[in-house]
Amino acid sequence: MYNVFQKTGISCLCENLKQQPSMEEHIVIIGNGISGVTTARHIRKLSNKRITIISAETDHFFSRTALMYIYMGHMKFEHTKPYEDYFWKKNRIDLKNAFVENVDHANKNLQFADGSTMAYDKLVLAVGSKPNKFGWPGQDLKGVRGMYSKQDLDALEEYAPNNEVCKRAVIVGGGLIGIELAEMLNSRNIPVTFLVREESFWNGVLPAGESAMINRHILNHHIDLRLSTNLKEIIADENGRARAVVIPETGEELACDFVGLTAGVSPNIDFLKDSGIELGRGIKVNRYLETNIPDIYAVGDCAEQHEGIGMRRPIEAVWYTGRMMGETVAQTLCGNRIEYKPGHWFNSAKFLDIEYQTYGWVFSERSNMEHQQLFHWKHEDDTKCITVATEVGTGKFLGINTFGIRMRHEVFDRWLTEERSSDYVMENLATANFDPEFYKHFEKEILSAYKSENTFAKA
Amino acid sequence: MSLTGGAPASINTTQKIGVLVGMAGLFILLLATFNVNLGNQAVWLAIALSAITAGIIVFAKGAYANKLPGIKNDGVWFKSMSSRGVLGWMAGIALTGFYIILYFYAGVLGLGQGVDGANTGLVGLFDPLSRFLSGNPASQWFVYGTLYTIAILAFGIKFMWKYRHNRYEQLRTVSVMFFQTAFAFVIPELMARLNTDNFSLPYNDLKLMWPLNYYAFDQWRVDQFINAQTVGLAFLIFGILTIFVISPILTYKYGKRWYCSWVCGCGGLAETAGDPYRHLSDKGMKAWKLERWMINTVLVFSVVMTTAVISTYLGYDSTKYWFTKNTFLISVGAFLTLVFAIVLYYKKDQLNTSAFKGAIGAFVITIGFLVAMSFMDFSQIKINASYFSFGLNTNEYALDGAMRTFYGFGIGSIFSGVIGTGFYPILGNRVWCRMGCPMAGILGIQQRLFSKFRITTNGGQCISCGNCSTYCEQGIDVRAYAQKGENIVRSSCVGCGVCSAVCPRGVLKLENDSLKGRINPKDVLLGNDVDLMNYVNNK
Repeated sequence: MYNVFQKTGISCLCENLKQQPSMEEHIVIIGNGISGVTTARHIRKLSNKRITIISAETDHFFSRTALMYIYMGHMKFEHTKPYEDYFWKKNRIDLKNAFVENVDHANKNLQFADGSTMAYDKLVLAVGSKPNKFGWPGQDLKGVRGMYSKQDLDALEEYAPNNEVCKRAVIVGGGLIGIELAEMLNSRNIPVTFLVREESFWNGVLPAGESAMINRHILNHHIDLRLSTNLKEIIADENGRARAVVIPETGEELACDFVGLTAGVSPNIDFLKDSGIELGRGIKVNRYLETNIPDIYAVGDCAEQHEGIGMRRPIEAVWYTGRMMGETVAQTLCGNRIEYKPGHWFNSAKFLDIEYQTYGWVFSERSNMEHQQLFHWKHEDDTKCITVATEVGTGKFLGINTFGIRMRHEVFDRWLTEERSSDYVMENLATANFDPEFYKHFEKEILSAYKSENTFAKA
Repeated sequence: MSLTGGAPASINTTQKIGVLVGMAGLFILLLATFNVNLGNQAVWLAIALSAITAGIIVFAKGAYANKLPGIKNDGVWFKSMSSRGVLGWMAGIALTGFYIILYFYAGVLGLGQGVDGANTGLVGLFDPLSRFLSGNPASQWFVYGTLYTIAILAFGIKFMWKYRHNRYEQLRTVSVMFFQTAFAFVIPELMARLNTDNFSLPYNDLKLMWPLNYYAFDQWRVDQFINAQTVGLAFLIFGILTIFVISPILTYKYGKRWYCSWVCGCGGLAETAGDPYRHLSDKGMKAWKLERWMINTVLVFSVVMTTAVISTYLGYDSTKYWFTKNTFLISVGAFLTLVFAIVLYYKKDQLNTSAFKGAIGAFVITIGFLVAMSFMDFSQIKINASYFSFGLNTNEYALDGAMRTFYGFGIGSIFSGVIGTGFYPILGNRVWCRMGCPMAGILGIQQRLFSKFRITTNGGQCISCGNCSTYCEQGIDVRAYAQKGENIVRSSCVGCGVCSAVCPRGVLKLENDSLKGRINPKDVLLGNDVDLMNYVNNK
């Protein structure tokens, strides 16, 4: 409760100084991604505090998830900026392009790479992630990059602008970023080899039927998908640039001009190693998003809960959780100290042409969740399917994955809160449909498949 | 860095063949324009039009046939044609030039340049088709109508191929293709066959409503309808019913999209031939401010102009019509006052300060003009047209005629044609619909205030990527709403559905639903702590 009364304290000191912005508390946010920017926006809605956002990546907030569309020519960089450039000044949010090297919490001071410093009253760390590297030989060569930052995109444009400069690209790691990078390179007709460690794409998360459908979809896009395949090393040419990868399973040496490392991300916290802020894989925070150091908070990809909330993981590198943490911590910073309490899990993604949405929890068979039973339906065109998870014994609806069919978030959120049965959900599935008008509906087909399968007797 | 060197900027062999075939068709038309004697006109016209159509379809095949169904925006911002590159500018200049010739120098196309006023050149080439349909020789408008229809049909097929996974887009496109071909082209041409010495109907595109059709109530048209007895009166009454009854009902149920992206010819061309340029619309705040002023000003102008024209001929020819000038002016004034009062009474809370001031201003100006008309005879005030036509027109007009002429020139020709379509490759495909169309203005006001239509935002799924805003042809910053979890209820939305189609996360859905909760801004989106959502959003 150390920060709640500070604002009132200042106000009481001298009533006529309240109008002076310089006397307002200075809140510094490191990171101009969705979590940092949401924090700043909500602080501004709630208060007159002085706000500074620091980033060394770009001058202005952009949508990280849209970087792929710049490379594919769907958008230009300016289109990925959710707010026009005048927005920041108008809302008195100061932007600073600088790289923070050290946080001196004893003196409430930041030290930048150029030697300058900045004082803060409260600090919000929203520093995001960096691509994972697992010690592969050659992982730091030229032409080897992750796909996370604006700088990664610039590097991709340099090493893989077209299929003359880049005759083949290899992607290592079969997750959401991996398949996006494959789609990007594919859009420029660059041959792609996609190395996936698992025996089926993203099957740590997706149930088998869905994962297999996505495998086929990847192959239909003429992407060279190699399942159960690892990376042994990346070989350099005489200029220190990647020229080939070695695949341990076959011993094959595969020539390539670009290697994308997309085996997940982890918090970008190296600069905090000696800061005294408690770190795990990420920055350790309590449910109020407070670190162990007073007046320092962490939100977004870099924040690590001491224990996962519900079935969520302690670190969630997801767009909307970053946004929600920002919405929450802004309340705390403005005197309304509240816990971070995310609602029902949901998420979405797009695998090449197939959209994916999930509401509630559906675990893959690999997760060995014995309490759940899965019903799977797939359309004969092999681009649409759904999987419904039901609690064994009770028949309670746990969650749904949908591919190629859009669903209404609001409806599923309500059904999860009401703890509906899967039978109820399947009977009323049409209510939740969010596909565009005139689309073909499959609810009847799905329901009859569900009934005929009769996988779980009503308890 | 070779951004443009990327593969998506190039076109494949099939597409090159398509371009070649289509250009060959255009080349035949160009030869005809320069009076090169081609021999059998009917055969060459058929060859030219078939080549243009086939060229476009072959190009579409090359672009989409070998790809899986899905969003096809790869390389849009790399291609010279679709990113204001050299090709885009060349196309823009060529189109603009075509419109200027069409509107102001039809003689260049061969209109009435032959013996006894017969057509030569390009217009002459179209004579056989025109005689086949209406029995009359062609005019520059027939040439334009034919090419316009072919553009909507061929580029419509291309668009349907592009969106073959999306039934909303496909049905909408079939609809505009049908309305253009049947209502705007074939039926009116065939109906011209009914005209005799003592019975004649004006060229009547049933779906082309006032005020988009700004000459709908010109005296010559109204006279022709009245003189044509039952049939003519039926058309006249149907025209008035569409404006005051049918359109409001449809707009209430489905939003203005029923017209703008399902029926309208301008919209039809924008959605088909103009589709490759939809992302070029300006999404900035300044463009939005300009849009609000401009479209509503044109609307006021069109109401005042039409009233002036009608009241003038009612004034000097009162025995011919049921109405006298003053009855007419009073009914218009009473109707507008009633509409205005209803809007203020029921929807005042939905108008922000600037919209409220604008509405008051527009109302006062309109009523002011009505009063002026009843006391003054506009036909007695003379104005030289050269002041407002850059010298293109040097006749002297009475004030009512001058307003009509200025409107026809400035809005009808320059804005909707030269800028609206000629500038597709520069300003985007809907600049006329967004900034200038008075019909869109009326439908937009109704859509914003009295309609069940909205684009629903799907809870907390938005990732602010910006595809929706980028591909909105009307320049709406869709993302600004989606990332707030707020439904999109905007007067300018024509309901093309492309924002929903390009969204990678399934966030947007066009739908008609109850008026309650239609506008729903949120500070904290669905997915966060329920207590926080209630605390913040219900404050």
